[in-house]
Formats: sequence, structure tokens, C-alpha cells
Amino acid sequence: MDRKVRVLVAKPGLDGHDRGAKVIARALRDAGYEVIYTGIRQTPEMIAEAALQEDVDVVGLSILSGAHMALVPRVIEELRRLGMEDVVVLVGGIIPDEDVPALLDMGVAGVFGPGTLTSEIVETIENALGRELA
Amino acid sequence: MPLFNEEHLQRLSQTLNRWKETTLRKTLERRPERLKKFMTTSSRPVNRLYTPLDIADFDYERALGMPGEYPFTRGVHSTMYRGRLWTMRMFAGFGTAEETNQRFKYLLEQGQTGLSVAFDMPTLYGYDTDAPEAIGEFGKCGVAISSLADMELLFDGIPMGEVSTSMTINSPAAIIWAMYIVAAEKQGYDRRILRGTIQNDILKEFIAQKEFIFPPDPSMRLVTDTIEFGTREMPYWNTISISGYHIREAGATAAQELAFTLADGFAYVEAALERGLDIDAFAPRLSFFFNVHNDFFEEIAKFRAARRIWARAMKEKYGAKNPRSWMLRTHAQTSGASLTAQQPENNIVRVAIQALAAVLGGTQSLHTNSMDEALALPSEKAVTIALRTQQIIAHESGVANTVDPLAGSYYIEKLTDEMEADANRYFQAIDAMGGVIRGIESGYFQRELAESAYRYQMEIDNRERIVVGVNEYVAEEPLEIPLLEMDPEGYDRQVARLNRVRAERDNAAVEKALRELEDAARGDENLMVPIIEAVRAYATLGEMMGVFRKVFGEYHEPVFF
Repeated sequence: MDRKVRVLVAKPGLDGHDRGAKVIARALRDAGYEVIYTGIRQTPEMIAEAALQEDVDVVGLSILSGAHMALVPRVIEELRRLGMEDVVVLVGGIIPDEDVPALLDMGVAGVFGPGTLTSEIVETIENALGRELA
Repeated sequence: MPLFNEEHLQRLSQTLNRWKETTLRKTLERRPERLKKFMTTSSRPVNRLYTPLDIADFDYERALGMPGEYPFTRGVHSTMYRGRLWTMRMFAGFGTAEETNQRFKYLLEQGQTGLSVAFDMPTLYGYDTDAPEAIGEFGKCGVAISSLADMELLFDGIPMGEVSTSMTINSPAAIIWAMYIVAAEKQGYDRRILRGTIQNDILKEFIAQKEFIFPPDPSMRLVTDTIEFGTREMPYWNTISISGYHIREAGATAAQELAFTLADGFAYVEAALERGLDIDAFAPRLSFFFNVHNDFFEEIAKFRAARRIWARAMKEKYGAKNPRSWMLRTHAQTSGASLTAQQPENNIVRVAIQALAAVLGGTQSLHTNSMDEALALPSEKAVTIALRTQQIIAHESGVANTVDPLAGSYYIEKLTDEMEADANRYFQAIDAMGGVIRGIESGYFQRELAESAYRYQMEIDNRERIVVGVNEYVAEEPLEIPLLEMDPEGYDRQVARLNRVRAERDNAAVEKALRELEDAARGDENLMVPIIEAVRAYATLGEMMGVFRKVFGEYHEPVFF
């Protein structure tokens, strides 16, 4: 089980703000993960399909347009449909505090806003995977 | 002619050396400096002290000149803010046209002096609100405008011939502009008197914001069509706002923002010249839009350098004769990326400092961000504080009382020179790769930005850079600022209106207009005229953009990180 943790960083919806997604992708790669970045304008179906094809452990969704409450559940639904219930889903972007509990209830393992240190994301991934492997 | 004479400089050099070996050395022995290296927000090293020796060749008349005169380093107007304050222009838009119309009226009542429209994602990508691609995006980061009917509502009760309106729209800029023109004509105004700006800067979309749709060549054609049309028919309209804002937000340093923005500007100038337009006919209507980030002096220097570089290029390289062609007029906005979700009230202070830099940099108009924008769209209260920030700077701080008050500061002048030199190095690199479009296709700009953004984040992660509330002075405290609530029925009302438009318009006229638009797109005539006709027939944004998607195809960028 010394396979590298595989992470898909994805941008669902129309939002083109990809600075955060790219910084996180690179930081996670530097943290020792295998990182795949989808590029912008991905549909939930495309993201779930990529997650399956790439056999990832973690899917990180970056959304700054405010469409997270519509897009995140659809991505999770698609992941489940493809049998990837165990994949860790993280969300980053401009996410109002009041939406966070609902996202966590849907099964999101962590929500990260502006000013997040990349080490916090790594910690969340390690904890989430640790829990599931145990 | 250099301002400082040789003899004085030599004496000063001796004094400086003596100081280093006596006073300074003693101080450093007693107490070392706080940091090993001091740097700007853009990781530019900053010296301990600047003196005339740093700008030994400083030639006042060549480097600065007089305000309102070439090369405009000190500002584009001779009296600057003593004559007229900058335009306080708050970017606004959310939900339906009705909701945004209310916000506009509120802002005008609060003393705002120009309007600035934010469009939602579907509109920015040229989709109607009910398109399948638009799911979840309606009204989230701007107002939804799917047809002329929405534009008419957006400006209901606002005299379009009297306000100046800036519209942040790029890929569909020509269509949205046409909607504005037709809506104003229906209010009874002649299009020749309309004042405002369309952002219309597609190159920075490819470089940074990524709201491109068509490949670079047809995208540039649409931009050139609007420049040509504006030059002919809309003498008070800024046909483009060449934008560094998004380039900076995507991670660029101040020097990259400056260089890439001006390089884009040169590319538009060259495209218009290739079309056969007279430079002095169109160049006065080119405008700019810069970011203003945290580093106070670096930002001020950036604005000053931008004006000097543009003036020199327009006059010396492109041969413009009209002084208005040499002037770089700019809008500025405080940096969204500098705002923190933690302790959001602190953002009020960040915005105030950034706004002050924009004013000292000589901006023509300014948007100040609201404290809650790292969390959501701004609430009315947050927007009001942001606008009041500008009013306090204008009326209470005293900085608007004299022209370019920081000129002559050794540090400011040195930084202005460094900015210009950095930009020139980037221009050479871009020329060597065959121009801006080649740079986009090869991923050069995107790579440069990703690199700078990553370095910045690592500096924060490693605490080489302190961000208050993020990696220092951290406090866990409940969020107490009220966020904007949007009308939950907005989507349904918008879609109902769209369906009504589709049902009630003359559909044969729409089909004819769309066919003519397609023929025009396949040929090489100016597209503004057939777009205006299609808008007038109430063709929707999605229908018109659909025609262009079919004819021009869609662009996919190289993906990497």
C-alpha cells in the first residue's frame, strides 16, 4: 500500500478563476501526491468520469462563482453513481460560512476559503484517508 | 538634462559611505533588522534607504514632465483632482435585472458618479439563463442579461444619455454593447452621446480570467469590429478597457501586470492599424484598468510607469500625433485576492490603503472592494463602507489637493524606473516569441502567472510574508457580518421573462436577423451592424452567441499547473 495518494483537482461549472486550483494542485504535488488537474469548465459528469479513469483517492473542487450549492451535490451524486463512495471530496473557493454545514452533510470532507494555508489541506486529506483506511 | 550635478552626487556618496560605517553600523550591531530580506508584495527586493544616488541620472523633464503633458508620468490632467475628483464607480450586479436596477439607484443616491455592471457567469459565457451549461450559475456573480428586454429593465428609470456606464463583458461584449445602445435609443437618446466603457479585452481572458469562448483570431476580429464601430459612431465611448486587473488577480506580480497589460494594448493597436484605422481616430478611446494591491509604493510606481511607457510607445513607436492618443487613462480596483475570509472587517483597512495608492497613482476612476467579498457578493452595508472609503480619501485626507504629491521621492522614482525596465524586458521576451497570441497558445503567460501565484502562496505558508489574521494574529471568532440575500424567485422570474420574449417577438424577423448575422460572420464585414439588428428583433444572447460558436468554433486552452 505504498502507492502514492492520487488527487484530482477540478473546476466545475463556468467559473474560470483557476489561480487557487493551480496553486493547490502544485502544492499537493510538492506534498508528495499524484495530482491530475482537469482544467476549467468541467461538468459534474466529466469530473466523476475523470476521477474513475484516474482512480483517484481525493477530488478537490474549486468554485469561486457561487454555484457550489448546485454543483457539489451533482458531482457527489455522479461519483456515487460510478461506485466511488469512498473518494474524499474537498471544496475550495468563495463559500459563505452558512453553506459549510450543508456541504459537510453531503459528504464533503473539508471546505477551504481564501487565506487557507496549503498545509491545512494536506492535513485534512491525511486525516480523511487515515480514517477510511483504519 | 540630469537634475543632480556630478559634484553634489560625489559628495553625497562620501556622506553615505561615512554613514554606513558609523551611524548605521552601530545601530545594526546593537539591533539587527527585523528581517533578512525586505521585499514588496511582488517579491521585489527593497533597499534600506534611497537617496539621489539611486536616481543619479534623473532628468525631470524627460522622466516626468508636467501633468497633462507628455509623457504624463505625473498624471493625464494638468490639475488632476483639484479640477475634478476621480469617478467613484462601484462594480455591481446580481440576480435579476430588477434587483440590480435597485442597487444602481441606491448607489446613485449615495453619491456614486458612474455605473459599473457585473454580469453573471452564463451571460459572460454567452448563454441564456436557461441553457443547460448555466446550471447553478444564474445571478451569482452578476446580473443575468439574456436579451434586450433584460437590458431595458436594468436601466429602467436611469437616464442612459446622462450616466456613464462601464460594462465588464468580454467574449459577448459586442452583443451586450449593442443591447445597451438599442435600450438607450429606445429611451430616446442618440447613440452618439452615450458615455461608458465595455471591457472587451479578450487577450487578458486567454491570459488570466479564462472567460474566452472563440479562438484568438475571431476573438480579435470582434474586438477590432467594436473599435472600428466606436470610432465611427460612438465618440464618447471607450471601446476597450485593457485590463491588468485580472492578470494580477490570477497571480501576476506588479511588473507582470504592467507588462502583459501594455503588451495586450499594443496588440490591439496593431490589429486596428492592420484594419486600416487611423491611430489618432481610435487611440484616444482606448482605456485601461489596473489592479491596486497591498504594496503601497510599488502600486503607485506601477501607475506612473504605465503612463510613461504608453505615451512613449504611442508617440515614438506608433507615430500618434494627437496628445490624447498618448494618454493612458485608467480605472483601478482594489485587489480581491488580497482580501481575507478571516476577520473580514480587516479588509476595510486593506481596501483603504489600496485605494489611497490608486489615488496617489493618479487613477481616473476607482472601485473599492467590500469587506465581505472573500465570502460572498457584497451586502449593501459593506458596499456603502467601501464607497465611503473613497469619499473620505477624497475629502478628508488631503491627498487630492495637489498633483502627484509623491513625485521626486527617491524611492518612488527609482521604483517607477525599475517597473519600466522590467516591463521592457517582458516586451522583448513577448516579441521574441512572436507576440501576445503566440504567447497565449504556448502557455507562456499562464505559466508565468502560475509561477508567481505559487511563490506568493509559499511565502505565506512559510511565513516569509505575514498576512494579518491568516498566518499571524489569528483569532477564532464567529462571523458577524450580514451577507447579501438574493431573491429566491429570481431565477423563475428571469426564465419566465425569457420565455415571454421568445413567445412575443416576431420570430420570422429573429430568424432573418440571425441568418444575416451568420452570413456576416462568415464574411469580413463589421459585425456590429447585424448584431444591433438582431438585438433590436429581441434575439437572445444565447442565440447570437450560438451563431458565432457555430461559425468561429470554441477554443480550448493548454492545461497545466
